[in-house]
Amino acid sequence: MGVAGWVVIAVVALLVLWTIWAFNRLVKYRNRADEGWAQIDVQLRRRYDLIPNLVKTVEGYAAHERETFEEVTAARSRAESAQGVAGQAHAENAVSTGLRQLLAVAENYPDLKANANFLALQEELTGTESKIAYARQYYNDQVRLLNTAIQSFPSSVLANMFHFSPREFFDIEDAVRAPVQVDFEGQ
Amino acid sequence: MHEQIAANKRKTVLLIILAVVFTGLIGWLIGFLFFKGGTIGLVFAVGLALALSLGSYFFGDKIVLTSTGARKVTREQEPRLHNVVEGLAIAAGVPKPEVYVVPEAAPNAFATGRDPDHSSIAVTQGLLQMMDRVELEGVIGHEMSHVLDRDILIGTVVATVVGAAILLSEIFTRTWFWGGGGRRSNNSGGGDAGILSLVLFAVGIFLLILAPLAGQLIKLSVSRNREYLADAQGVLLTRYPPGLISALEKISGAPHAMRAANNATAHLWLEQPSRVPGDDTSTLERLFSTHPPIQDRIKRLQEM
Repeated sequence: MGVAGWVVIAVVALLVLWTIWAFNRLVKYRNRADEGWAQIDVQLRRRYDLIPNLVKTVEGYAAHERETFEEVTAARSRAESAQGVAGQAHAENAVSTGLRQLLAVAENYPDLKANANFLALQEELTGTESKIAYARQYYNDQVRLLNTAIQSFPSSVLANMFHFSPREFFDIEDAVRAPVQVDFEGQ
Repeated sequence: MHEQIAANKRKTVLLIILAVVFTGLIGWLIGFLFFKGGTIGLVFAVGLALALSLGSYFFGDKIVLTSTGARKVTREQEPRLHNVVEGLAIAAGVPKPEVYVVPEAAPNAFATGRDPDHSSIAVTQGLLQMMDRVELEGVIGHEMSHVLDRDILIGTVVATVVGAAILLSEIFTRTWFWGGGGRRSNNSGGGDAGILSLVLFAVGIFLLILAPLAGQLIKLSVSRNREYLADAQGVLLTRYPPGLISALEKISGAPHAMRAANNATAHLWLEQPSRVPGDDTSTLERLFSTHPPIQDRIKRLQEM
C-alpha cells in the first residue's frame, strides 16, 4: 500500500474517533440536562408540599389574611399543572411572589415568628428556594453546553443526524438573593 | 479544572506508591531485626504496605473524621447546614456528601473522602454559630470544590500517611525512652534488651527524619494555588463572592486555636488551624504553612 493509502486510512480513523467523541459528548450533555430538569422537578414538588403546611400554620395566627392564602394556594395548583419549560417558569414566579407575600404577612405577628413549627417550615422553605435556584443554575449551565454543541459546526452535523434538539432555558426570577454581576469567563 | 483533576490523580498514585515503598521498607526492617529476616520479614513488609495503602484509600476519611472528633449530624439536628450542603451538591451536580460537625469554637471546615460518591463535609460548631446563611454557602461552596476536583482524595491520603508516620515515630521513640533506654541504666545485663532498645532508637530516629519529609510532601501536594482555586470555584457555584469574602473576614478575626489541630490534618481545613496555647506543641509545625494568608484570598475574591 502506498503513502496515499495510509493517509486515507489515517483520515478515516481520525474521523471515526472524532465522531465517537462528539457523539458521546452530546449524549453526556443531554443526560446532564435531563438530570438537572429532574432535580428542578424534585425541588419544585418539595415546595408544593410545604405550601399547605405553611398556610395552615400562618392561618392559626392571622386568620383574616384570607386573600394571601387563597392567592398562594391558587398559584400552587396552577404551577402543578403547568406545561412546558417556559409555562412552568412563569407559574413558579407566581408561587414565589405568593410565598413572599405570605412571609411578609408573618412578619407582622411576633407570636407566629416565635413558633417553632413556623421556624422549621421557614428554614425548609428557604432551603428549598435556594435548592431550586441551584438546580436551575445547573440545568441552565448544562443546557447552554448542550445547545452550543448542537449549534456549532462540525458537531451540528452529528446533532442533526441523530436528532439532538436544543433545550429551553428555565428562567425564573431569583427570589433568594439579589443578582450579582460577575465575569467568570476570564478563568 | 480537568487538568487539575488529572494532576491530582497522578499525584495520588505517586504518593501511594511512595507510601507503599516506605512502609514496605519499615516492615522489612522490623522483620529483619526481630525475626532474622526471611519470609516473615517479607510478610511484614507486604502486610504493612497493604494495610496503609488500602487503609488510607478506603478508610482515610473515617480516620480523619475520627481524629478531628467530628460527629455525624442528622437533618433534624442541623437543618440549615443540611439544606446548604444539599443545595451546593445540586449546584455542583454531585451526590450530597455526608454532613459532620466538629465540636470546636474556632470557625473552620474541611472536606474528606475519596471521590464525589464517597465524600464528607465537616464544619466546626463555631462556624455554625458565627456564619449567616450566605456566608455558610460561601464556605460550603469552597469545600464542594475540593470534592469536585478530587482534592479530597489526595488530602486524605496525605493525612493518613503523615499521621501514620508521626504515630510510628512517636511509638518507636517513646518505647526506646521508657521501655529500653531508661531501664538499661539500672540493668547492667543488657544483652538482647540492649540491642533491642538500640534498634528501636535507630528506627525512631529514621522515622523522625521521615516526618519532616512527609511535611514537605504536604507542601508539594497541597499547594497554595489549590486554596485560591477552590475559593474561585466555590464562588462559581454560589455566584455570590461577598458570601465567602464575609466568611473569610469573620474567620480571620476569630481565634484559630483548635484542640483537633495537628500536623497530619492541617492542610485539609479551610483555614490553617493553630494549637490551643499550652497544648503539646511540635517544632515540626513551624516548618511549614499549608495555607495562603487569608487577606490574599479575600483580595483575590474582591478582584473577581
